[in-house]
Amino acid sequence: MSRPPRLQPATSGSIIDFPSEASCLAIEGLSLAYGGKPALRDISLRVPRHRVTAFIGPSGCGKSTLLRALNRLHDLNEEASHEGRILLEGQDIHSPEVAVDELRRRVGMVFQVPNPFPMSIYENVAFGLRLQGGLTRRRMDDIVEWALEAAALWGEVKDRLRASAWSLSGGQQQRLVIARALAVRPEVLLLDEPASALDPISTLKIEELIRGLKSQLTLILVTHNMQQAARVSDYTAFLQDGELVEYAPTDNLFTNPSLRRTENYITGRMA
Amino acid sequence: MKRRIRRPLPRSEGPWAWLTAGSVAVSLLMLGGLLLLISVRGLGHFWPAPVTLVELEDGRAIAGRAVRELPLVGQAGSERLYFTGNRDLDGRVWEWVPVSTIASQERPVDLVVLERRRYGDFIGRLVSVGPIEPTAHPLDQKAVWSRLQARLQAQMTLRDERDRIERDTLRPLVQRVEANPSDREAREALADVNETLRALQAAMHGEVVIIESVDGRRLEQPLDEVLHAWRPNAMSTVEKMMAWGQGVWRFLSEGPRDVNASGGVWPAIFGTVLMVVLMSLLVTPFGVLAAIYLNEVAHQGRMIHLVRIAVRNLAGVPSIVYGVFGLGVFVYGIGSSLDEWFFNDALPSPTFGTGGLLWASLTLALLTLPVVIVATEEGLARIPAEQREGALALGATRLETLTRVVLPMALPAMLTGVILAIARAAGEVAPLMLVGVAKLAPQVPVDGEFPFLHLERKFMHLGYHIYDTAFHGNDVQAALPVVYATALLLVLVILLLNLTAILLRHYFRARHGVLARQP
Repeated sequence: MSRPPRLQPATSGSIIDFPSEASCLAIEGLSLAYGGKPALRDISLRVPRHRVTAFIGPSGCGKSTLLRALNRLHDLNEEASHEGRILLEGQDIHSPEVAVDELRRRVGMVFQVPNPFPMSIYENVAFGLRLQGGLTRRRMDDIVEWALEAAALWGEVKDRLRASAWSLSGGQQQRLVIARALAVRPEVLLLDEPASALDPISTLKIEELIRGLKSQLTLILVTHNMQQAARVSDYTAFLQDGELVEYAPTDNLFTNPSLRRTENYITGRMA
Repeated sequence: MKRRIRRPLPRSEGPWAWLTAGSVAVSLLMLGGLLLLISVRGLGHFWPAPVTLVELEDGRAIAGRAVRELPLVGQAGSERLYFTGNRDLDGRVWEWVPVSTIASQERPVDLVVLERRRYGDFIGRLVSVGPIEPTAHPLDQKAVWSRLQARLQAQMTLRDERDRIERDTLRPLVQRVEANPSDREAREALADVNETLRALQAAMHGEVVIIESVDGRRLEQPLDEVLHAWRPNAMSTVEKMMAWGQGVWRFLSEGPRDVNASGGVWPAIFGTVLMVVLMSLLVTPFGVLAAIYLNEVAHQGRMIHLVRIAVRNLAGVPSIVYGVFGLGVFVYGIGSSLDEWFFNDALPSPTFGTGGLLWASLTLALLTLPVVIVATEEGLARIPAEQREGALALGATRLETLTRVVLPMALPAMLTGVILAIARAAGEVAPLMLVGVAKLAPQVPVDGEFPFLHLERKFMHLGYHIYDTAFHGNDVQAALPVVYATALLLVLVILLLNLTAILLRHYFRARHGVLARQP
């Protein structure tokens, strides 16, 4: 396998790219501010298709903000404003032709705290499918089973699909939420610290799941846990103060960071 | 497992603990005392109390129920109040007797109490049943009593028959004739039915019972005015309990008599519950929609902040003010216009232009609107952002997120709002007096006539019934037990309404184990 080239530190406007990888998402010069307060500054990077990309950085560095920009969840905040472009398979997600609900179906998301809806396990997974409508009962059953299988939960819940989703444990709930996101067949799955509220064993299961899923879709993982980023991701972006500091193949970034700032962070010598 | 650790309170905090615990104790005592008082007085009203025959020192004899005893003013001893009945003989039903003047008292088993449609209770002895036979020798009391029972039973059968014919045959025929005056067949049938009813009436009317007060005055009492007869001194405890149960049942199921001082309160129960249910149906959609706008739709600016403060303050406006508003806007404003447009034939007698069920429900809905809005809004605000974002992230629109995730989760909070609204509305009397409550409305607002629910009708209400019975009867003393019983009933009705809503809320919460993980 050819070694990806080392990257130069981010400079304004230049897109960090890995020529050997097909890119799925491209962020071009993205700046984002809440009520005039900048949260992201001029970020440009390409997310390779069918890989796990991790965003790491200290609290408040903007990694979650960047993630939420990718499915336009920041639209909900009336004070948010942005500059720059985000291209999903070459199409600007802010362009008028893109309906926001369609975008969010293509770019799924899993949150920090497991958030199953107060419905049965089955209904949770079927939620996104019901929004689209037009599925037969048989087809719906098949997709629900497939999604639960893909999220490694089917074996644990197949006998109690009608039970309340809130009766599951925290780890099971998080896998259920992943199944719910997978059921609508997204192209990209955003994971916002998906294991930070879970115990070590559940965390391990989620990490295995993430590694297994990348054959089917592109995953972007926000985590504050550097070991986790090192364990599951192929590429890692380090953000600080709303800026992209370094973006490299994970092995390189952790073993041989090119910048002092990155090295200080990953070795725990943060100012 | 969690275990609470009990620490002894530091000495310096002792007085604090006493003060706080003391105020809890006083509050509980007062509440308990209140409930105990209305329960004892209200429920005791239906107990067939023993009747005492009292011989006074001056040779006079009276018979009655001892009600209470008070010390004499300015001298030793006390005097006792007896309920003696027999308004038609004595012109009064109460008698104060100084205890020192009582020569003897006993409780003869042959004393009878008759509950009558006119003149209230009779207390005395039976002489004979049926038309007076000049040659009749005095029958023994037992035989007369059982004959009276049999005749009363027969009367009741006749009465039921008459009511049944009136309800099932007479009324539909009258409607047919009114709708089509040239319907010969219906007219003839109507004449037949009237004939049958007249015959029944005559059969009921003929009979009399001869009764005698304890001091020997005789009276011919038409039997169809006697509702009920009992011999309290001859009854066993079990019989008394059965009589008590029947008394309670009659109170709950019959209409009021005798200027509301006796009889039952069924129309008032029905009116209260119906009004509260209508109020809930009106206030819930409005309140929930308003809360959704305030919390989910509107831009959270200064204006919304002001609106929110205004809504919260509306909850503190005295209820009579809402009554005045209801009278001015609903009754005289909207109601009069409705009459002009749709009920012009009936004018000048108003249909909707006077107080009625609809206007009362609307007024109370307005009164309880802030409660529902505030409770729903708090419920909406408590729903975690992750739930909304989770739905949005799956491609749901804001409306889909609201209807499929947010509202189902906020349902218990909405029901809390409805519970609070019911608690407030069911006890309100002041605004109702302006917008539709009636002293006496024997016809409940629901019946078999189209449109079945008569929103324009006046209705009776337990709260107003209490007020009216306590202050506007002929004999306040006699009405007092009815007041207590009605008050107890009002408390129970509100409890029941609340309990229904609480169980409903519990059901929705428990459905998804929300009790374990309340958001």
